[in-house]
Amino acid sequence: MTPKLYIPRDSAAVAVGAEDVAEAFARALAHRDATATIVRTGSRGLYWLEPLVEVDTPDGRVAYGPVTIEDVNGLLSAGILEGRPHSLRLGLTEQIPFLERQNRLVFARCGITDPFSVQEYCALGGFEGLALSLSKSREAIIQQVSDSGLRGRGGAGFPTGLKWRTVLKAPGERKFIVCNADEGDSGTFADRMIMEGDPFLLLEGMIIAGIAVGARKGYIYIRSEYPAAIAAMNAAIAVARKERYLGAEIMQSGYTFDVEVRVGAGAYVCGEETSLLESLEGKRGMVRAKPPLPAHHGLFDAPTVVNNVLTFASVPIILAKGANYYRDFGTGRSRGTMPIQLAGNIKYGGLFEAGFGVTLGELVADIGGGTASGRPVRAVQVGGPLGAYFPKSLFDTQFDYEAFSAREGLIGHGGVVVFDDTVDMLEQARFAMEFCAIESCGKCTPCRIGSTRGKEVLERMRRGDNCEQNGRLVEDLCETLKYGSLCALGSFTPYPVLSALKFFPEDFNADAARRRDRKEALSC
Amino acid sequence: MRFENWNEERCNEVIVRHASQEGAALPILHALQQTFGYIPEAAISMVAKVLNLTRADVYGIVTFYHDFRLELPGQHELRLCRSEACQAMGAASLAEKVCSALKIDWNETSADRSVSLFPVYCLGLCATAPAGMLDGKPMGRLNLARVVRLLGRES
Repeated sequence: MTPKLYIPRDSAAVAVGAEDVAEAFARALAHRDATATIVRTGSRGLYWLEPLVEVDTPDGRVAYGPVTIEDVNGLLSAGILEGRPHSLRLGLTEQIPFLERQNRLVFARCGITDPFSVQEYCALGGFEGLALSLSKSREAIIQQVSDSGLRGRGGAGFPTGLKWRTVLKAPGERKFIVCNADEGDSGTFADRMIMEGDPFLLLEGMIIAGIAVGARKGYIYIRSEYPAAIAAMNAAIAVARKERYLGAEIMQSGYTFDVEVRVGAGAYVCGEETSLLESLEGKRGMVRAKPPLPAHHGLFDAPTVVNNVLTFASVPIILAKGANYYRDFGTGRSRGTMPIQLAGNIKYGGLFEAGFGVTLGELVADIGGGTASGRPVRAVQVGGPLGAYFPKSLFDTQFDYEAFSAREGLIGHGGVVVFDDTVDMLEQARFAMEFCAIESCGKCTPCRIGSTRGKEVLERMRRGDNCEQNGRLVEDLCETLKYGSLCALGSFTPYPVLSALKFFPEDFNADAARRRDRKEALSC
Repeated sequence: MRFENWNEERCNEVIVRHASQEGAALPILHALQQTFGYIPEAAISMVAKVLNLTRADVYGIVTFYHDFRLELPGQHELRLCRSEACQAMGAASLAEKVCSALKIDWNETSADRSVSLFPVYCLGLCATAPAGMLDGKPMGRLNLARVVRLLGRES
């Protein structure tokens, strides 16, 4: 049998040289007259080991990494094609502790298969959920999704079954399925990994949703910052149409469903569902007031399901293996698994999918291995730029929707960004305000103007100007933002700002300003 | 040259190709920018006419989105991420060094027009930070030397 080498084509792997490594292997193999197939996959999500190269052996896949082009000849001489020893050999991929500790439901295939092979997708359980859905009533599909306890993975955590049922019951000839792939939160990349590494999974989830609510058309709104994901989804859609998983008579059933990719244009606020719908309609991405809910009056005024990539991607396994199988992972009212993304200054950064309930401390210290810089951890931001900064004293917080909100935080889209002790928390608070000012759609005054004023007040505090009084002013301003903004951008920007003020007050006083001055003087 | 020179006929062709879909504004503007490198002033009235909008409407859409620009960028487009995960890995100091090496600030083009520098807020490369993108190609674990080397390789 021809040996197979697996090399990721995932953007983050390519960003650290996977494309060059794949080319080097192809050249070196040709030069040696050796035959091996190079399969380009998604990423396993062990990013500190990328570019990660795997090879099939009788015992399973063996991993080598991180591989550079300089290593390629040495690896071939050492016998990588037979899985032989080398200093970069990591053993069986499945036994790497970071992977072994996970429960991969959504990411079961990511990094393993050729993303555009329907055959490989089906060989690992793909389209089973869809096939079973075709024999079920709409109500039965939705009931199964409800019973699984699945909640929207975009951040708001709204029960998915309830949303779908609302759209099913809403009157209207035309209904839409919209996938929110505007993954703008810093520290998150799970949507990107699925779209690049297992695109049929997202399509399958959307098709099931379409059947369940009676929609015939779906849109995937992907941010322009993800060119590889856009290309991958378009390629997968073309294959799915050819193989009759999209279009008329899906899998010889009476159902019709098709999907189209639309590309965003760099506006963070378009990740908010109503702004996203405006953008899809070809307008400025201005947030809409709710009600009416998108489920009643969504895209082009039609009843619309708007769900995140990970929400749709969780649906096929629920239909294939049953609601209870999925529900049995997790804790409390947070059921199933959550793909958590470990990022920033962290030793073992990557994708960690596990049932809800793991603590923040386990994630950062144990699984993530602490900081990449080797310095002590000082703060962790969970849930993207609108998420709170947690100090080490809150590391016992369980990763679930309720536990985080009880501590004035949010899990959002599952991004965890680690900072070491060199971080200046006033600067992080100031950036949160600046980011809000840059990205505000401008509809609500507190968000449009308050963010700029907030940034200015924090800049005054940075200089040590009336710190105590200005601190109270920031708190007051945050109160206005929180209650006076329509969407999460304005109303959640206070989370990072207030948490920085509350847990790291030592960065917001006059002493801190003097320390900054001294540091600046020294570096000049 | 990566982009075509302004040509009214070509502009019309691009607009018409995308105009029949629902919510056509963004697909049209993306296609125009891919063709010409920016959204030419003259194209705005043409888009407005086809979509039955006012020029102000189209101008409003163009200026709302960070991606669309009204001026031609340099030969290469360098984007550096300014978001939190990259900040945690020294993105701010990297950006400072890149700016001084290229003698430009954010949203500026170098004097020889070889490179334009744009900020970006997250590329989804947060576990290989600090990250950036050069002419659409992702770059991770960046430092000044790597940015300079990758820029050199492309030109």
